[in-house]
Amino acid sequence: MARIVGDVDGIPLLVLVVVTALAFDFTNGFHDTANAMATSIATKALRPKVAVLLSAVLNVVGAFLSLAVAATIAKGIVEQDAVTMSVVFAGLCGGIIWNLVTWYFGLPSSSSHAIIGGLVGSVLVAAGADGVIWSGLASKVIIPAVIAPVAAGFIALTGTWLVYRITRSVGSGARESEFRWGQIGSASLVSLAHGTNDAQKTMGIILLALIAGGELPADAGVPVWVIIACAGAIGLGTYLGGWRVIRTLGKGLVDIEPPQGLAAETSSAAVILVSSHFGYPLSTTHVASGSIMGSGVGRRTPVRWGVARRMVVAWLITLPAAGLVGAGAEGIQRLLDGAAGTLVVLAILVAASAGLWLASRRSAVDHTNVNDDWTAPDRPASVPA
Amino acid sequence: MDQLVDGEALTKVLVLSLVFGAGVPAVFALGVRALAPVDGTTSVLRRSAAYLCFAVCAAAVVVGVAKLVIGSD
Repeated sequence: MARIVGDVDGIPLLVLVVVTALAFDFTNGFHDTANAMATSIATKALRPKVAVLLSAVLNVVGAFLSLAVAATIAKGIVEQDAVTMSVVFAGLCGGIIWNLVTWYFGLPSSSSHAIIGGLVGSVLVAAGADGVIWSGLASKVIIPAVIAPVAAGFIALTGTWLVYRITRSVGSGARESEFRWGQIGSASLVSLAHGTNDAQKTMGIILLALIAGGELPADAGVPVWVIIACAGAIGLGTYLGGWRVIRTLGKGLVDIEPPQGLAAETSSAAVILVSSHFGYPLSTTHVASGSIMGSGVGRRTPVRWGVARRMVVAWLITLPAAGLVGAGAEGIQRLLDGAAGTLVVLAILVAASAGLWLASRRSAVDHTNVNDDWTAPDRPASVPA
Repeated sequence: MDQLVDGEALTKVLVLSLVFGAGVPAVFALGVRALAPVDGTTSVLRRSAAYLCFAVCAAAVVVGVAKLVIGSD
């Protein structure tokens, strides 16, 4: 732990880590707007701008609801002694860069996996294989990631089939408008759960940094300013909306009707809430994507399996890829010991983020073209004619 | 937490998720069906049944939010 004080001066590094953590929180909200709102936007239950605003507000509210899982991030996955501030910084870089890369390609990948992967990578470089609790990584991250989308898909399939079976005698016009209302309710619940779960992950990271930096005693709770800052960052990210990911989930995977959207979102909400009650923190992304696919199968509409395959590949490589970036970032900091290393990593992080943003402008997706017909299944988005 | 998968907890999660995740949309669908006019009208009985269904769904949402506030154990 002595490294923390020895490296860059404690306070500047601490500030850097806190700001980077908030930046990650922002990409987290940005990347995951789709999980709650993609189906509501696709079925026009909500106008795109209204959907992201509602989701943002509920994410902020969710962040204030509970602090039960704050500070549990990476606990039981990496050895706490191996976590220094430069390790946390490198891990955050891995998480942010991977989130932006997958956003650029419009792929709904897990923000939780990105940050855990980044941290595991940087701990591997800092402390070697002993710094990682491999059984914890398997039981808390990898196995749930395999089971969750399949379970969510099966539940959404069942729900969709039931809904269509029950309402098949009802005229589709009346049916659609009522289901749109139901959809708003279920999507709101997913947003709220997302705010509660994901904003707390960042709160946990900042708390960890504050304790490691000696600013707070080891048994301290989350300070109020941290809660407010994290709620704000995730809310702002959600409001700006990762339109590229929303487009893939809402239009790319399957064509979604309101009853199906309701079934998919209710399945997501149920899986997330029930599993977090039993202490399995799941990736909302995996659950939401699984649900949407399942609802497509349940309505017997063609699922674009090419898009699904790309998505699954992104899930599989998220942990190792974010880990690689995290490991690289920590490696640079070790190589150029002290402030120089941290500054180089910071420069790379800013350059990579700016580069991806600029690249995204060439085929921009926003609230105006998010619902355009899915014409190029192998590309993340197409510019409207 | 010795074994990688706790089968009993996993079964509970799956069964409960299935009951809520597929059951709530089904109840909502029953409400929509009850509300749909038969021969141009909707009887008071059917209307009440529909509102009961929607109330059950709303209650499920309230339980969900309560779970978030209380947090996991």
